[in-house]
Amino acid sequence: MIDWPILSVLVWLPIAVGVVLLALGERAVVAGRWLALLGSLATFVLSLPLWMNFDVTTAAMQFVEYREWINAFNATYHLGVDGFAMPLVVLTTFITPFVVLAGWTAIENRQTQYYAAFLILEGLMVGVFASLDALLFYVFWEAMLIPMFIIIGIWGGPRRVYATIKFFLYTFLGSVFMLVALIYLHLKSGGFEITAFQTMKLTMDEQLLIFIAFLLAFAVKVPMWPVHTWLPDAHVEAPTGGSVILAAIMLKMGGYGFLRFSLPIAPDASHELDWLMISLSLIAVVYIGFVALVQQDMKKLIAYSSIAHMGFVTLGSFLAWEIVRATGSIQGAAMGLDGAMVQMISHGLISGAMFLGVGVMYDRVHSREISAYGGVVNKMPIFAAFFVLFSMANSGLPATSGFVGEFLVILAAFKADFWYAFLAAMTLILGAAYTLWLVKRVIFGTVTNEHVAHVEDVNGREFIMMAVLAVAVLALGLWPAPLLQVMKPSVEHLVQHIMMSKLPLPL
Amino acid sequence: MENTLLVIVLAPLIAAILAGIFGRFIGRAGAHTVTILGVATACVLSILTLKQLVTGEAQNYYGNLYTWLVSDGVQMNVGFMVDRLTAMMMVVVTFVSLCVHVYTIGYMADDPGYQRFFSYISLFTFSMLMLVMSNNFMQLFFGWEAVGVVSYLLIGFWYTRPTAIFANLKAFLVNRVGDFGFVLGIAAVLYYTGSLDYREVFAAAHHAFAGKTMEIIPGYAWDAITVTCLLLFVGAMGKSAQMPLHVWLPDSMEGPTPISALIHAATMVTAGIFMVARMSPLFEMSETALNTVLIIGSCTAFFMGLLGLVNNDIKRVVAYSTLSQLGYMTVALGVSAYAGAVFHLMTHAFFKALLFLAAGSVIIGMHHEQDMRKMGNLRKYMPITYWTCLIGSLALIGFPGTSGFFSKDALIEAVSESHLPAARFAYYCVLSGVFITAFYSFRLVFMTFHGKERFDTSEAAHAHDSHAVADKHDDHTHGHDDHSHDDHAHDDHGHHGGVPHESPWVVTLPLVLLAIPSLFIGWFTIGPMLFGDYFGSAIVVEESHNVLGELAHEFHGSAGFVEHGITQLPFFLAMGGVFFAWLFYVKLTDVPGKIASAFSPLYKLFENKYFFDDVYFAVFAKGSRNLGQALWKVGDSIFIDGLLVNGSARAVGWFASVIRGIQTGRLYSYAFTMIIGLAVTLGWFVLHWLR
Repeated sequence: MIDWPILSVLVWLPIAVGVVLLALGERAVVAGRWLALLGSLATFVLSLPLWMNFDVTTAAMQFVEYREWINAFNATYHLGVDGFAMPLVVLTTFITPFVVLAGWTAIENRQTQYYAAFLILEGLMVGVFASLDALLFYVFWEAMLIPMFIIIGIWGGPRRVYATIKFFLYTFLGSVFMLVALIYLHLKSGGFEITAFQTMKLTMDEQLLIFIAFLLAFAVKVPMWPVHTWLPDAHVEAPTGGSVILAAIMLKMGGYGFLRFSLPIAPDASHELDWLMISLSLIAVVYIGFVALVQQDMKKLIAYSSIAHMGFVTLGSFLAWEIVRATGSIQGAAMGLDGAMVQMISHGLISGAMFLGVGVMYDRVHSREISAYGGVVNKMPIFAAFFVLFSMANSGLPATSGFVGEFLVILAAFKADFWYAFLAAMTLILGAAYTLWLVKRVIFGTVTNEHVAHVEDVNGREFIMMAVLAVAVLALGLWPAPLLQVMKPSVEHLVQHIMMSKLPLPL
Repeated sequence: MENTLLVIVLAPLIAAILAGIFGRFIGRAGAHTVTILGVATACVLSILTLKQLVTGEAQNYYGNLYTWLVSDGVQMNVGFMVDRLTAMMMVVVTFVSLCVHVYTIGYMADDPGYQRFFSYISLFTFSMLMLVMSNNFMQLFFGWEAVGVVSYLLIGFWYTRPTAIFANLKAFLVNRVGDFGFVLGIAAVLYYTGSLDYREVFAAAHHAFAGKTMEIIPGYAWDAITVTCLLLFVGAMGKSAQMPLHVWLPDSMEGPTPISALIHAATMVTAGIFMVARMSPLFEMSETALNTVLIIGSCTAFFMGLLGLVNNDIKRVVAYSTLSQLGYMTVALGVSAYAGAVFHLMTHAFFKALLFLAAGSVIIGMHHEQDMRKMGNLRKYMPITYWTCLIGSLALIGFPGTSGFFSKDALIEAVSESHLPAARFAYYCVLSGVFITAFYSFRLVFMTFHGKERFDTSEAAHAHDSHAVADKHDDHTHGHDDHSHDDHAHDDHGHHGGVPHESPWVVTLPLVLLAIPSLFIGWFTIGPMLFGDYFGSAIVVEESHNVLGELAHEFHGSAGFVEHGITQLPFFLAMGGVFFAWLFYVKLTDVPGKIASAFSPLYKLFENKYFFDDVYFAVFAKGSRNLGQALWKVGDSIFIDGLLVNGSARAVGWFASVIRGIQTGRLYSYAFTMIIGLAVTLGWFVLHWLR
């Protein structure tokens, strides 16, 4: 067992490093860069005991820390992780060093502030996943917006102001409703304990309103159709690192929110509205798949592809009742949730890798337009090999992580309804079409662009980033069992929990 | 046995990694040495495994290597199932692969991507072995997709050619359409049987599917087993290029010839045939599915064969012949002659690989000319290629005594024995196919190796051997739009000419090695494989469908089978085909042109491949782009962003400006508006519930 407050360390260490960086200012850019890298790597190393000491036999919260915080509201500093949160925390600490490396030479102004923003953001994101107190969760959730807002707003592209405002408005608007729901739950339960919210009886009206409030917050984050249009703009304007964090981690907050709040707190409303969730998820897979096909901008294409892939997360999460309706048994619901979780982790790795890949090209050619490229493989064969690998993963190739989640969700969806599986499986065609068409136009062919003709292949720093992610994508694809094992008790617990109505008994 | 099997699979994989990642350090010789060693190891051990299984020294193997994942009580494993069906496939795959590896040394000698090529074909061998050796559906799907990816990489091997990178994308996407059905089929299997392990699925199948129906369209209850089998078969249609998912295979000829032989003739495209044979316990339960399989196979066998008649590109003729032969195998599956299908798969793997490699040898010898109209009398210059190609063609048309004779004759007989409603249609298709096959095969032989020398030797001084290098530089000139017309896609660059020459020994040796089984393998194997108990429990056939069992009564040894064969209709049809080919392409060479102009609408239809490509391109490729564009511009930009997002932002901004009288467009004004909104909502909630 671990006798030090590991979660607090994971939250506050990167924030502390970020503050030091801010204090350091622009005087020591090189030292600041290394400090940021070491800080993020140290955080990752320190998060490994979470995985290694994780008890895979229980759904209970682990590594729990509990302190008084704001007594007036009965809010507490309460941290802990279960099988849902722990993999996401480790994903966060794993991805952050890549972001630091991605900015190594690409960022030219206010470098230390740039790294500081990412490290502070890392701590806040870990806080979101690890909070067991709803107020604490909300503070981290909203605080997280600030560094991201700054990252896009300062280091972003030419239309960054439009993108940041859109991003801010969308997410803030969604979150406000969540706050209302949390306050209501607080008033009803007297505290901010998420576990207390989960066990509390609620009438159908209450549940529906709470569910919709949460939905607005989480759907924007995921993002689900039709509240997704902020994402392509934000990605396009964000610097590479911002896109990576946005796609790899921040989108997962929405998926995590459904598993932590919506489903367990309002299971009856989830049941009532599962048709809506399933429909929106399938729209994300199919509609967005077609939209991704016609994008002219690489980052937009990958952004749309992210939305389509996140559709599997929401689809897998809300299949339980349809499976019960179709088969009379709960068998298969856990598979949908397993698939949703695996898809989140996998998408974190793959979308991160794809955006890093675009960043590598952007640093050289300074364009995101697909038409500005062509024949990259002639000049950058090593990079091309990685990019093709990640593209294959993005189109769900078996033996890469991209396959596992989609496969499980399709298998589970088939139990619910043939047509759900049918529409979900469209991703096999659409995902391959938009990703490999991108590869065809960017990587293959002859060099037609002056800028592409003079680029050099990946350097050592870029090679290491790509190689580590490639190993991770393949490892998770070849042997996902350990990840599934970690989640198993939590998934089973959630399935049992949501199958029990929370409606108060009639008097 | 587990260790042997592990070595068989891993040897090509390790070799592929060495050649692929460390190709730069080990050099060209290092790359081909290590990959050939890897595949040779796999080949020798596969032969040993087969021998042990045949002699009874070893029992069928069934075991798991590791647990891939456990989800919701369903355990998915990575493991092997090796019975005689698998062992035969392993030998075919590794043997053809070995021949192709050796051949590649000569064929790709000057290509800058030498190491990469060897890495890919070894990786392919690994993937194909994983596919055939799998003991469960998940791993089957892994192998299925992995061979697809390697095929994608190899078709687009010369990635600067617009036609090649169009063809590989097309191949992958059409295959994905098949995989789409396949994945749903796998989901159906899991749904009904609760498992993905072959053994458990087959054991449970009868009970699990009995009486189950599915209402995919409300009001229409279909047998669950029929739906499942048809979904699985959609996968086979993609991979084994059955109509209407056949369009990718002719285009795949953009890849270097060795892979046309290995992947697009001998092994990968037969994966669908293998899969259905493996799933025989399921397919046997649905006559509807079998009839569908039969009709699809018949159409492919007949209509694709016709296209071989009008093509002038030597590789494409062989490609259409492959399509047609795959149709034959599918027909055999449809009449429950799974053993016949697999038997034809085996003989076809040898003689079709041989034909492709011979075509490749001709292409090298002709300095990269693929148009048969510019060939002729090559037997004078390329005797080994000629004789081996002739052997391959004889086997393909089913000349008595060759391997193809045994498999094709048995297949046709099996169709005639079947009682399925579609069997009669299938019978006429495969019978007329015999004539067509003989005609286009010998058209190829006569146009290429006989008759007048039609090539241009004026550029003799210009002769040189480098082809691949030249290919890479000279072909952007004819870069079509994405919509390629594959007839023109061969590499007609400016380096033709020179006297044709026989290829080096690394090219001709594989031809000879493949010619031997093409000639003789039928003699030894027809008895046990078709009419004996070679396959044992690997293939399950219902008593009422057992056409091969019927034929077994009349089977009295290979010699008797040959004697019987030369009195039958297929033999005369084949000879007729050869005769007309000789008449038209050696004797009366002006007749084909006249026929073509006399039947010009029909000729146009064939030349345009029944317009499948054009229709698919217009409907699917253009259609989905237009749909995407519409959803994006109208749905996302105008409706969501324009109306809802920016509209509400404007509304909020306007509202704020009215109330506060200050400029809009500033974040804090929006935020302030929101806080007011929040307060109002909060207040309402609090009042409403707390009273």
